Amino acid sequence: MSEIANTFTLDGQIVHFTPGQTILEAALEAGLYIPHLCFNPELKPHGSCKLCTVIVNGRSGSACTIKAMPGQEVQSSTPELDGRRRLQLQMIFVEGNHFCPGCEKSGNCKLQAVAYDLEMLNPHFPHFFPERPIDASHPDVMIDFNRCILCEQCVQTSRDVDGKNIFALAGRGMKSHLIINSPSGKLGDTDFALTDKAAHVCPVGAILEKRVGYAKPIGERIYDEKTIREQVAADAEGGL
Amino acid sequence: MSYLETAESPEKLRRLVIDPVSRVEGHGKVTILLDDNNKIHQVRLHIVEFRGFEKFIEGRPYWEVPVSVQRLCGICPVSHQLAAVKAMDIIAGYGAITPTAEKLRRLMHYGQIVQSHAVHFFHLASPDLLLGFESDVAKRNIIGVVAAHPEIATQGVLLRKFGQEVIQHVAGKKVHGTGAIPGGMNKALTIPERDAMLAKVDDMIAWSTAAIHMLKKLHESDPDFYNKFGEFDSNMMGMVRGDGALDLYHGGLRANDADGKNIFDHVDYANYESVFDEEVKPWSYMKFPFIRTLGPENGWYKVGPLARVQVCDFIPTPLAEKERQDLLAIGNGRPSHGALLFHWARMIEALHGVEVIRDLLNDPDILGTDLIADKGARKEEAVGVIEAPRGTLFHHYRVNEDDVVTFCNLIVSTTNNNQAMNEAIRSVATRFLNGREVTEGLMNHLEVAIRAYDPCLSCATHAIGKMPLEVSLTDLNGKIIDTRFKNMLGA
Repeated sequence: MSEIANTFTLDGQIVHFTPGQTILEAALEAGLYIPHLCFNPELKPHGSCKLCTVIVNGRSGSACTIKAMPGQEVQSSTPELDGRRRLQLQMIFVEGNHFCPGCEKSGNCKLQAVAYDLEMLNPHFPHFFPERPIDASHPDVMIDFNRCILCEQCVQTSRDVDGKNIFALAGRGMKSHLIINSPSGKLGDTDFALTDKAAHVCPVGAILEKRVGYAKPIGERIYDEKTIREQVAADAEGGL
Repeated sequence: MSYLETAESPEKLRRLVIDPVSRVEGHGKVTILLDDNNKIHQVRLHIVEFRGFEKFIEGRPYWEVPVSVQRLCGICPVSHQLAAVKAMDIIAGYGAITPTAEKLRRLMHYGQIVQSHAVHFFHLASPDLLLGFESDVAKRNIIGVVAAHPEIATQGVLLRKFGQEVIQHVAGKKVHGTGAIPGGMNKALTIPERDAMLAKVDDMIAWSTAAIHMLKKLHESDPDFYNKFGEFDSNMMGMVRGDGALDLYHGGLRANDADGKNIFDHVDYANYESVFDEEVKPWSYMKFPFIRTLGPENGWYKVGPLARVQVCDFIPTPLAEKERQDLLAIGNGRPSHGALLFHWARMIEALHGVEVIRDLLNDPDILGTDLIADKGARKEEAVGVIEAPRGTLFHHYRVNEDDVVTFCNLIVSTTNNNQAMNEAIRSVATRFLNGREVTEGLMNHLEVAIRAYDPCLSCATHAIGKMPLEVSLTDLNGKIIDTRFKNMLGA
């Protein structure tokens, strides 16, 4: 009896996986991009942004949490799924204040890169324009709540990697927001440090090292030369 | 209050409106009040848009400001970036920036002078000058110029392109790049980038010289018209370096009166608040700056090319200085004040810009890699000033101990020219429109006068919290029961 191959198909392409990998992990390792925001390979996937939703054998689920299984037929880049993803992105953009033209993360921002990849050409919905003052109380790091997409990577990293528990999400639904674990609610009153891993995991421009700004010139930023899709393919090639 | 600013009995007069003023940056309108005999009683340039950058920069980190504030404008963003970064160099605690960083900043700034002056002269102003103020309005645009004078139009487009490419090589993008950061620059220039610019520079010198000669020819055709159109006496202001030379990146402020007599010289722009004040008028979103010692009636002034080339002692590049001498000659020792002479001065500056770019590109320092200065103690407040294409541009910031901007004041070039533009259209209205049946061509004369100042109206509107407001409560029959005023003159 022949051994069952550890492969599945993603939009018709055969993808090899290592048992235990999720569909997203296997796809990224193969250089195939499935849009995502909250996934970080160093953290436990929690499927909150739903951008990586794919159709697996006819049923939808998060590619970051579904384990890869032999023979799965996975659909990702379909007009319907990409249309839904665009809607999700549009909702994220209007819910916060994501002004790429003046944002120092521009060119290095995953949200911006995914929006370009999915050809999000306008916000579609009316902007909420919430009032969210920045927290610049820490000497080395600032938080711009306007740009937070509630991906929880900082929450997980501070808790599980740094062992500090600096961040949490509070509120529910539309009122969900990032909070800081200190009596004043200010980052400056915590033991957060620039050397913490949580200071460097934000996929957007919400947690930033102070006084860096635009030090990286245009042309040398992550997504200047390659789209996020091309970058994933290049990373996979480099890793072989 | 100046002549023709406010009519005595406006309710009895007819109102003519030019809305919007075309071929300028931003949105403005002109209103004219006339009586039954077409006698003019009031002429005003109103700025009808509102931006509010000063307010929404508050609460932002200081290092973000040079890049975000440049979004004020799509034509001269480099000026805003550099004025802001000059202030932020000081606030961040940097001393003098490195020679390479200063030369790269100058390179992008003069690139911007060239591209902005080219877009204004060729795209916006040349249709009036080459096709005629009263020519067919359907053809009085850059497409009309392309059809009638293809060689000139092509040179204009390519001159602008060159300026934009200079900006792109230094700042990463033609419009809204990065480049200048507190303490210096974020990218060194490469040899291929330098050589690409050098390969084009001789053509650009030839074309900007040709534009000046074309303007001279137009002037020779009717000197009196070109000298007198939109003419009125005023003070003039510009930045000069220590030896009195024109310097568009850094220097002290100099103002002369209408006869060329000095009012102040080599003023440190950090003290601008003690030198200037701003008046708010109830009919415009744009403030009216004036020199404090002379007061609002007499202290307003012109800025921009015509002011700069006449307040400086010399232009420090030979070809532009030679052209400047020809412009000065028409005044017979007295400064010239005609609005159309702005175009002549503007193209002299464009030529100067290309000469400076050439000299910078041939300077070995331009390829240096020492881009960031040494850092000292943080400061809380600083002022950055630059000569933008349209005139002197002031940026003033205060930043708290958390690195967040708490105060921002911008006095942009067009605001500095506010009273001057109003006086220009009053001069033109008095000379060309008074008592005549007003036609589209005559109305365009007013726009020609405004265009000569190359106003950027979107940059200039930010009289936040000071705008006059009148609220009236009326009964069912329209009878006013109560009225409240805020910031009204005389209220």
